Amino acid sequence: MKFDILIAGVGGQGVVLASRLLALAAMKAGFHVSTAETIGMSQREGSVSSHIRIGDEVSGSLIPVGQADLLLGLEPAETVRNLAFLKKGGQVIVNTHEIPPASKPPGSPAYDPEGLLSFLKASCPGLLCLDFTKLAGEAGTPKAANVAMLGAAAGTGVLPFSKETLQKVLEAEIPEKYRAVNSTAFESAMERIS
Amino acid sequence: MTEKKLLMGNEAIALGAIEAGVQVATGYPGTPSTEALETVIRYAERGGIYTEWSSNEKVALETAVGAAYSGAKALVTMKQVGLNVASDPLMSLSYIGVKGALVILVADDPGPHSSQTEQDTRAFGHFANLPVLDPATPQEAYELTKLAFELSHEYEIPVILRTTTRVSHGSGDVELGTKAEMEAGQIEPVAWDFEGFTKDRRWTIFPRLTAERHPWLEGLQVQLSERFSTLPYNTVSGKGKIGILASGVSALYAKEAIRGFEEIFTLFRIGTVHPFPEKAALDFLKGIENLIVVEELDPYLEEEVFKLIGKKHLAVDVYGKKNGYFPVSGEYSVGLVLDGIDKVLEAVGEPSRLPHASPVVLREELPPLPIRAPTLCAGCMHRTVFYAFKRAAKQFRKEAQVGQKEQTEQAMQATQTAQEEQAMQAVQTSQTDTIFSGDIGCYTLGNAHPLNMVDTCLCMGAGVSIAGGLSRTNPEAKHVAFIGDSTFFHSGIPAVVNAVYNEADITLAVLDNRTTAMTGHQPHPGIGVTALGSSSKAIDIANVVRSCGVEFVKTVEVESLAECVEAAKTAMEFKGPSAVVFKGKCVGITKSDKHCVIDPELCTGCGFCVKQLGCPALALPGGEGGEGGEEEEGEKARILDNCSGCGLCAEICPSEAIKTEEVLK
Repeated sequence: MKFDILIAGVGGQGVVLASRLLALAAMKAGFHVSTAETIGMSQREGSVSSHIRIGDEVSGSLIPVGQADLLLGLEPAETVRNLAFLKKGGQVIVNTHEIPPASKPPGSPAYDPEGLLSFLKASCPGLLCLDFTKLAGEAGTPKAANVAMLGAAAGTGVLPFSKETLQKVLEAEIPEKYRAVNSTAFESAMERIS
Repeated sequence: MTEKKLLMGNEAIALGAIEAGVQVATGYPGTPSTEALETVIRYAERGGIYTEWSSNEKVALETAVGAAYSGAKALVTMKQVGLNVASDPLMSLSYIGVKGALVILVADDPGPHSSQTEQDTRAFGHFANLPVLDPATPQEAYELTKLAFELSHEYEIPVILRTTTRVSHGSGDVELGTKAEMEAGQIEPVAWDFEGFTKDRRWTIFPRLTAERHPWLEGLQVQLSERFSTLPYNTVSGKGKIGILASGVSALYAKEAIRGFEEIFTLFRIGTVHPFPEKAALDFLKGIENLIVVEELDPYLEEEVFKLIGKKHLAVDVYGKKNGYFPVSGEYSVGLVLDGIDKVLEAVGEPSRLPHASPVVLREELPPLPIRAPTLCAGCMHRTVFYAFKRAAKQFRKEAQVGQKEQTEQAMQATQTAQEEQAMQAVQTSQTDTIFSGDIGCYTLGNAHPLNMVDTCLCMGAGVSIAGGLSRTNPEAKHVAFIGDSTFFHSGIPAVVNAVYNEADITLAVLDNRTTAMTGHQPHPGIGVTALGSSSKAIDIANVVRSCGVEFVKTVEVESLAECVEAAKTAMEFKGPSAVVFKGKCVGITKSDKHCVIDPELCTGCGFCVKQLGCPALALPGGEGGEGGEEEEGEKARILDNCSGCGLCAEICPSEAIKTEEVLK
């Protein structure tokens, strides 16, 4: 068994936490796991991504191009930026919530989230699109968009572990203060998808 | 079987050190090494481990050396460029050696992701004659840390544990030994059972002692090479006719690249890279005619294997960086290794080709994507200070231009050729401009558009001295050196002393946000808190600068732009070294109860706030226009949730349309 997940987003969106939750669930299910995160300078509002490699063997932590089974995109442009990692037939779940870049350095192309979303729709059959930030906001906080997207991933049934396993990890890892909000976000996203 | 834990490589190293009985741990923060010492700090109190964030890497190493001279087991952590700072004690220490144990964690950064160099610590180990271990996963990092302590104790030599970003910052399932299997509260305090310092001439380096010790050090290289050849951290898999030699995470990339084609290859993975395990390598090379070397950064293994081939007259063709089969720089990946191996297969006449994955979309087919460069956080005090200096410099430029206009006109009349005219204009720019020297930290991001306030950046503490040098060769320009609080203590002070001693006409701008922000908010000597969180004497930066002899020293709380501009201007007007210490809060660790709001009635949609500041809390609906942008005139800016109400945008808004409000968050 081998299952590679890539999470893409902008610094501050909770990509590292989402990656940790998936890795813990994979370990609970008895797999080896290795992850690679963006930590440091790039976290400051820059593009960030996490690679989560799950399998029977220990692998290097970077997913090879064209091999990710699942791409969780917390923001449209960052999803497209990492699309080459997705294998043919891989699943994409994208948060349609826009985060415009903080500045536009000379020569940087314009931010066109609608264009990017149509590109995703055309390139990825079975694309799941939803404003997870809005959904998480309705559950209590827009910051739980990352956990909502995990709920959506669980809802698709593509993950190599059960949604109960992931939920148990969530309960154990998320501080009590935020637990209720996060599990509401998780469950409501799961229901919306399945 | 023990339960497995999900650990970051750096955490695994810390637990390996604790399992090995570390008693003293020191370091200076640096991505990607920081979490190793942070993890030891978490266990320090319960584990009875002395831990400190030192003022720089040289000091950290020397502190650990003192402990190891006393027979204690010591760990020191740093990033690769930190090793450059610590290289002075390190090079001498090779001759002296240690008594207890000394393990030096050095994290390399292929790419680089967050470093100023792509240097290779394996080569540094070779240079310093010190053993280097090179793990590929968090599990190996844990095990090799323990081995490093054993080897250091046994051979009385410091051992370098070298990681790369993907090992230090990657996470994986790690099976821990019994002692390290510590849930909160279960860890036993380490016994302080070392014998203490014994006076002996061996601890005092002298030319004669060095001469005596050098043969020992060279002999040790041979002994260690033989020992390494017997260790299980160097493994051979497969029986194919093409050899692959690799270390660190590259070995895993190679293993994955050849999956399904293992019968063609024999893979030799090296965990103990220096001294090169010659005997084990010779065994592996039996029957191998073609050898592929896969390694990030320097061609270290490649050169070692070339030496061996030469020494033993082996008939082996080597395919690596030196003959262009693999890139000489940058981070590797499975795809890149696959391409390299395929090129070799073709070159040696092997019909098979490794299968390439087929992505949904090729990178080249992606639509144009906006650059999302890292930026200073919304509300960061550095933005206000940078903007203040930008304004101050602009005022100086205007004044200087008015004064120069007459002179220039006279000069222009005398000008003969277009070339001379150009030269004249270039001189004019440097005469009226201010040169801003930057340094290492979050504030290096001041270089980004639209601030563009970092004209030079080299290494920790260099900004102040570079400004001094620039002031000699560009005497008509103003010279400002920005330095962060932690960097000031790290290596800024000697440069300040030099500026005073040699009368450099520079302005020092200390960006004091009371934390080591970039690496994750570690304390430093200026804030009166130790690594363990206990209070200590806070060293006041303004007082340090004053005591160095700087005559103009001003401290400004970063609250209003106008005050900062005023302080910047007065300091820049001062002849000789001047300093302003800008004090503020790091928004990464403080909560704000303020938020800015735009009055849509007053906002004219000029976009000035967005275009001047590059604040991530300010956005135009279509993104910032910038040069050649497609923004529609009259689009009104929005303030996003990440606003912390610093009020900088309110202060610069030409229509006074922005207000700061108190909010209950």
